[in-house]
Amino acid sequence: MTITNESDKEINSNWAVEARGLVKTFADNRAVDGVDMNVRTGTIYGVLGPNGAGKTTTIRMLSTLLKPDAGSARIFGHDIVREPHIVRQLIGVTGQYASVDETLSATENLIIFSRLLGLSRVEAKRKATDLLEEFGLTEAAKRPLKKFSGGMRRRLDLAASLIAQPPLIFLDEPTTGLDPRTRSQMWDTIRRLVKSGSTILLTTQYLDEADQLADRIAVIDRGRVIVEGTVDGLKASVGTSSLQLSIQNDKDILRACLLVENVLGVPTIMSPETRKITAPMANADLVTDLLLSLREAGIGLKEISVQRPTLDEVFLTITGHGVEPSKSNPLIGNHHEEAIQA
Amino acid sequence: MINELITPGADRQLKNHTSLGQIVRNTFTMAYRGLLKIRRTPEQLFDVTLQPIIFTLMFTYIFGGAISGNVHNYLPVIIPGILVQTVITTSIVTGVQLREDMDKGVFDRFKSLPIARIAPLSGALLADTVRYTIATLLTFSMGYIMGYRPEGGIGHVALAGILVIVCSWAISWIFAFFGVIARTASSVQGISMLVLFPLTFLSNAYVPVNTMPSWLQWFVNVNPVSHLVTAVRDLANTGTIGNDLLISLMGAAAIVVIFIPLTVRAYMHRT
Repeated sequence: MTITNESDKEINSNWAVEARGLVKTFADNRAVDGVDMNVRTGTIYGVLGPNGAGKTTTIRMLSTLLKPDAGSARIFGHDIVREPHIVRQLIGVTGQYASVDETLSATENLIIFSRLLGLSRVEAKRKATDLLEEFGLTEAAKRPLKKFSGGMRRRLDLAASLIAQPPLIFLDEPTTGLDPRTRSQMWDTIRRLVKSGSTILLTTQYLDEADQLADRIAVIDRGRVIVEGTVDGLKASVGTSSLQLSIQNDKDILRACLLVENVLGVPTIMSPETRKITAPMANADLVTDLLLSLREAGIGLKEISVQRPTLDEVFLTITGHGVEPSKSNPLIGNHHEEAIQA
Repeated sequence: MINELITPGADRQLKNHTSLGQIVRNTFTMAYRGLLKIRRTPEQLFDVTLQPIIFTLMFTYIFGGAISGNVHNYLPVIIPGILVQTVITTSIVTGVQLREDMDKGVFDRFKSLPIARIAPLSGALLADTVRYTIATLLTFSMGYIMGYRPEGGIGHVALAGILVIVCSWAISWIFAFFGVIARTASSVQGISMLVLFPLTFLSNAYVPVNTMPSWLQWFVNVNPVSHLVTAVRDLANTGTIGNDLLISLMGAAAIVVIFIPLTVRAYMHRT
């Protein structure tokens, strides 16, 4: 008995989210079409995909807001359908659109959520003050939310999700529509949350956001996970990195080019205007030889860099159709249009 | 505080149900939210303040002479009638506002919190009893100004007021149900008015029943609104408690028993 419990605990503490074959259908649109997902405790997991890919629907199922039509999922070992009340005690949800009360002030919002979560009047007030301070909203605390900017609303929304200090936090497109400065503030907050022991599952359409934050990402398209892995792994699977050399002197560029092709044994791309040579870097070890050869030949380098494939390229390679903007009808997306054409 | 270490999910002791105590606490917190909203937007109290004043004035002076010979004699008949009609009509707003509220993002958060499922509904409905209280006080005050002196005494008048508020709270669960299942706020208003209009007017609220055709008398006599009006008249005018009070309370209880589970279930299924 004790042994079973121990091993159960082992499993539970390893995985914050385990989803198997989640399906959700709206009318004739299979919004989520068999999503599998494993999120390790204490990590940031990025769900990346275009509008209408099924990201929000997946999060809504995992956070007990929607019942899955098929499949199952467990949060820290607790089934989302059979034990929804327990799951809700383990999660914080910050939606795509701020889920706070527009007519009330920031303080009132936080106090009501705190009271609902079982804090006493005094504790609730203190919690609200602390969170507003933490998220830089103290000055706006008494203003009605109607006068809040998008960034302030988003911060308050996240603050509200943190009242119970949930071990798992869902962030649905946390930075969509935010300006670059607010966006990087949000990133800092997310990183600090993970340091304090939280697990974060975030969705994003921004490839660089997943690149910046996520330990692992799942690329989701048309309701399916089409690829899953570490950010580096995904990039590597798409292709090799490329080596870029900037030459100091114009007249050396042809010689340098030949030298690179000789040493690395690969074709190069040369752009005389910028004095740049680009070559695929299959074997990093050979670069040492190349640099020595360049020195021997007396060719001066201005800059050297290694360019890894961007996530945009990753997405393009995997889906074959790139990220198509479908802002006009995010729920139905481009799936439908193609079905009609076919 | 964000840097404080959090308790790992696997190490937490958790229960998969809400206790009765939590349901009550959550309901009161939600009612507090409702009161804050009323305080922030006092203009939504226009209907409960103006309707009792206008209706009381209008109907008393229109019907008074015709039905009771003069306005003064009509007051003991009309004031309980107006009171019941006004306060029940006010409870429609509960359903309409619930519909508008539910479309907002904050209801997603309520659903994702480990709170009693019923709390967002029961809290809103509890907060709205404040509106019924305002309407009740204003109707009695208007009556007093016009010369109504209920012989049951202040205690029985207060009891009558509480009876109307309790029954309206029960009835508001019907409109809350409409609010949860309807698609738009205006359709809630439409359906509710359609139900309520015949119920309040085909009653003994304004006119003595014996002046009506017999087939209508049958309906008026079984209409629960008539029983409530009679119960209020008994309490306020003579200070007596009769069968009608019992029937009214039983009716209210029946509504609550049927519509609370219906409404909560519909609310849970709605996404």
